[in-house]
Amino acid sequence: MPEADDALALLTQIFDETGLPGDCLPQYALIRQWLDEMPRESIEHKRREAELLFRRIGITFAVYTEGVSPERLIPFDIIPRVLAPAEWNVLQRGLTQRVKALNAFIYDVYHDREILLAGKIPSALVLQNDGFRPEMQGFEPAQNTYVHIAGIDMVRVGPKDFYVLEDNCRTPSGVSYMLENREAMMRLFPDLYSRHRIAPVSHYPEELRDTLRSVAPVNCEGEPAIVLLTPGANNSAYYEHSFLADEMGIELVEGVDLVVDDNIVYKRTTEGLRRVDVIYRRLDDDYVDPLTFLPDSMLGTPGLFNAYRAGNVTLANAIGAGIADDKAIYPFVPEMIRFYLGEEPILANVPTYRCSEKSDLTYVLEHLHELVVKETKGSGGYGMLVGPHATKAERELFAEKLKSRPHDYIAQPTLALSTCPTFVESGIAPRHVDLRPFVLAGKEIRIVAGGLTRVALRDGSLVVNSSQGGGTKDTWVLESLGHAQSHRG
Amino acid sequence: MRLTIRHQTSYKYSKPIIYATQTLRLAPRSYEGLHVMQWRVRGEGRHELPSFIDGYGNIVHCHTVNREHDSAVVTVEGEVETYPTDGIVRGAAETLPPLFYLRTTRLTTVDEAITDLALSRKGGPYERLRSLMEEVRERVDYVQGTTEATTTAVEALKLGTGVCQDHAHLFIAGARVMGIPARYVGGYLWAGGDGEHQASHAWAEAYVPEFGWIGFDPANRSQPGEAYVRASIGLDYWSAAPVRGIRRGEGEESLAVRVRVKDSAQQQQ
Amino acid sequence: MLSRTADSLYWLARYVERAENVARIVLVGHRMASMARSLGSSGDEWLSTLIATGCEPGFFAKYSEPTPAAVIDYLVRDPDNHSSVFTSLETARRNAREVRTALTADMWDALNETWLKARDFSSQPMTLDTAPSFLEWVRERSQLFNGAYDSTMLRNDAFYFTRLGTFLERADNTARILDVKYYVLLPQDEGVGGALDYYQWQSILRSVSALRAYHWVYHDRLQPWLIAELLMLRREMPRSLISCYDQITRYLDLIAEAYGGERGECHRLAGEAHARLRYGKIQKIFQSGLHEFLTDFVDRSISLGSEITKLYLT
Repeated sequence: MPEADDALALLTQIFDETGLPGDCLPQYALIRQWLDEMPRESIEHKRREAELLFRRIGITFAVYTEGVSPERLIPFDIIPRVLAPAEWNVLQRGLTQRVKALNAFIYDVYHDREILLAGKIPSALVLQNDGFRPEMQGFEPAQNTYVHIAGIDMVRVGPKDFYVLEDNCRTPSGVSYMLENREAMMRLFPDLYSRHRIAPVSHYPEELRDTLRSVAPVNCEGEPAIVLLTPGANNSAYYEHSFLADEMGIELVEGVDLVVDDNIVYKRTTEGLRRVDVIYRRLDDDYVDPLTFLPDSMLGTPGLFNAYRAGNVTLANAIGAGIADDKAIYPFVPEMIRFYLGEEPILANVPTYRCSEKSDLTYVLEHLHELVVKETKGSGGYGMLVGPHATKAERELFAEKLKSRPHDYIAQPTLALSTCPTFVESGIAPRHVDLRPFVLAGKEIRIVAGGLTRVALRDGSLVVNSSQGGGTKDTWVLESLGHAQSHRG
Repeated sequence: MRLTIRHQTSYKYSKPIIYATQTLRLAPRSYEGLHVMQWRVRGEGRHELPSFIDGYGNIVHCHTVNREHDSAVVTVEGEVETYPTDGIVRGAAETLPPLFYLRTTRLTTVDEAITDLALSRKGGPYERLRSLMEEVRERVDYVQGTTEATTTAVEALKLGTGVCQDHAHLFIAGARVMGIPARYVGGYLWAGGDGEHQASHAWAEAYVPEFGWIGFDPANRSQPGEAYVRASIGLDYWSAAPVRGIRRGEGEESLAVRVRVKDSAQQQQ
Repeated sequence: MLSRTADSLYWLARYVERAENVARIVLVGHRMASMARSLGSSGDEWLSTLIATGCEPGFFAKYSEPTPAAVIDYLVRDPDNHSSVFTSLETARRNAREVRTALTADMWDALNETWLKARDFSSQPMTLDTAPSFLEWVRERSQLFNGAYDSTMLRNDAFYFTRLGTFLERADNTARILDVKYYVLLPQDEGVGGALDYYQWQSILRSVSALRAYHWVYHDRLQPWLIAELLMLRREMPRSLISCYDQITRYLDLIAEAYGGERGECHRLAGEAHARLRYGKIQKIFQSGLHEFLTDFVDRSISLGSEITKLYLT
């Protein structure tokens, strides 16, 4: 159980990534200067330009709230978030380590379950978890990899204090924003951009394609045929699906476009059936194959899982990878790193109380006003309680839920997420941010520098989810702290 | 005992359909209580179907007809030698630990009635399971046509009638409430003579530390013996289903199932 | 390419073309109706407008009388009508959205912006006064879209299927316009029709933007059989049946060649329909019945559509 003092410390001190109110950190020096020099009207003008740009390219994100247009735009903040080379270096090593351990863990739980036998994780937590898919037991995925694309949500509370908030091992989205945000910044502020040396992100689709190619089934001969499987145009991330397929030069397919015959997967084309080897699927496990999973799902392809299990096609991410990003499993990730890699975790977990443990539950109930309580099955910021922002009545209601179903909840201290300068109604003000880097795992691990920075646009809000009024920023990882060469003459 | 099995399913469609695919769990694997001498699962066109081993250790065959057709036939034929084990299942492919089989599913969710029924059993684990088996059969009459594949344990108990699948679900649900791992078993049963009735059957297995996995057939108030051919296991009917299928096309399906289980030794005499 | 993608492109093009065609028919109907009123004719212009768009059955399921206001709203805006201008645009955009990756940015922009604005327009009922400017705008937007795909799409199968959609829909439309007015084209006892007939002939030509073209081709006053000839058998007229079939057979051939030369029933049907137009004589067609020829042509086009679907789009 984490120390109460730690929790309190995390709660109270807000770290601004520019280093303010002290000295401005070197990575933000030029941006600060640029903001100071730029007339307010000009910023306002650029912001509108950015909005037009995004609307034109049609970035939309369905929001599951009634009364809101399903094609609402995610706000883009024009002030970039900057990470210094040394900061990124640590993150990169930590992310690589973490994703390796997550993959090793999934392989283990679907084979001999040594980590359970060793008593490092309570067996019931895995075996009775809905995220554990018995259908996957004993299956050998190519390269022993289950999580090919991971989105690891990170927050920062101090100069060196990054925490992993959660791992997304199923179908993490948002990478298209990372790419489009960069594109927008380069178009809107070419001068500011050229004054920095920024690690590129635009090669992400190629890295992704190479990763997918590296996990083709063993029996695949020649160049593997890769497709991206989407639930369809009504899915909230459809734009991203079509964008990525386009950027990778692969076909965007829906369940009806695929057909399985004798455990081989084909796509229906104008020239007849064509074999498929690798499927980057953005469809949840339950919907992939009505013959094995939800029988009334119309989104998947009957027989697809059989073909997978027979070793004739690769699904990325693998079925059953969700066991690794379950919120009840999350507290054990540092233990996994030690167990499988024999290393100390480079990135820390947020201290987490498991309400299924009696002593933790007691603590949580007593400290609801300073904790964030999350449903282990929830996602997207739904079904959670932010203690400090909740009313007494809301907290009491939640306490009842906790008592009746303690297994369904974990709690964490309310982190004082770091802030970045953000353009808001009243001008430029600090707003809380998080970071979702995307980690690719196949034959090797690849990470494109940076990730998606999400920003809570409401003053004081800690919820960055786009479904709850969050925005995004371009994320710059500097390759060196000096100014770009041209300025040195 | 030597048993021969012939299980033929004929599908007919009122209008031609363009695609049909099925997942079949109809092939036993050898363990101490059973030795598979030969076994074949063939589809339309009499070709042997491709197969794989699923997460539970079952042999799964896949049958696909990817062209316009208005009928199809699936034929399962095999011969096994069975031995008496008092229901104890030893030497089977165990892929998942007993603890896993404490998981509830939609079909085996419990309510107060099932909880009461289960928790009022007395004695050690084995005695309680025997008693549970009797009580399940007592409370649910064997009546065909009153329940469906989607009927839950709760519904079957309320209804008071059902078939072997419902008995198995209710037994499994009850065992799990007691904290005893339990699972669903699908297979064939030789009912004496060479009759064609009830040859496809379902029962349950529970895990008792002193014996390991042990079978219970609530429908027949007995523990599986030589007359049983164990073909698939799972958390419930859904994951152990002998046949799951999907088709594309407008035609209505009608099917005729013929199952024969014979004591081949008798035949030879 | 994916069958579903080809299917969406094909229907996307068809629905954009349909939106334009319905817009054209309603514009001309509107003009004829005012003309007829001023000439004192009772006029059933709105009824024939409904028939020409193929929307007659749906309309009478909802309304009992073809009042101008009802017809206009039904044909232009009504979401219950699958072929209303607005629904066609919406269907086109839905198809486009499903195959975003197969579209060029210009195609998407043209269509998406059209839909966004049409949605604003259509939030209120269409009236006799507001409809014409909206319909003119739709015609422009459709042409913008056609231009966008013609000038930006790669010349591969995706383009060919899009083209097929455009020309099949256009052929169908021209045939329907002619068929609904065929009786005014039939020879009459007095040799020359009255003023109203003259306006009817004009309206047929106007609806396919061919009034000027007629004069350039024939240097003659409007003669019904020449109008029919222009819209059916003259290759230089881009919306004529034969022009459309020139394109249809061409793109079907290109598709077959791209896929290794194999041809199917759709190629035979297209070739047959094409030959009837190429070797057709307008006098002969009139003798054996204009209406019969056109009905047969529409039926053949429908069969062609389903054979294309069977071979490539499912």
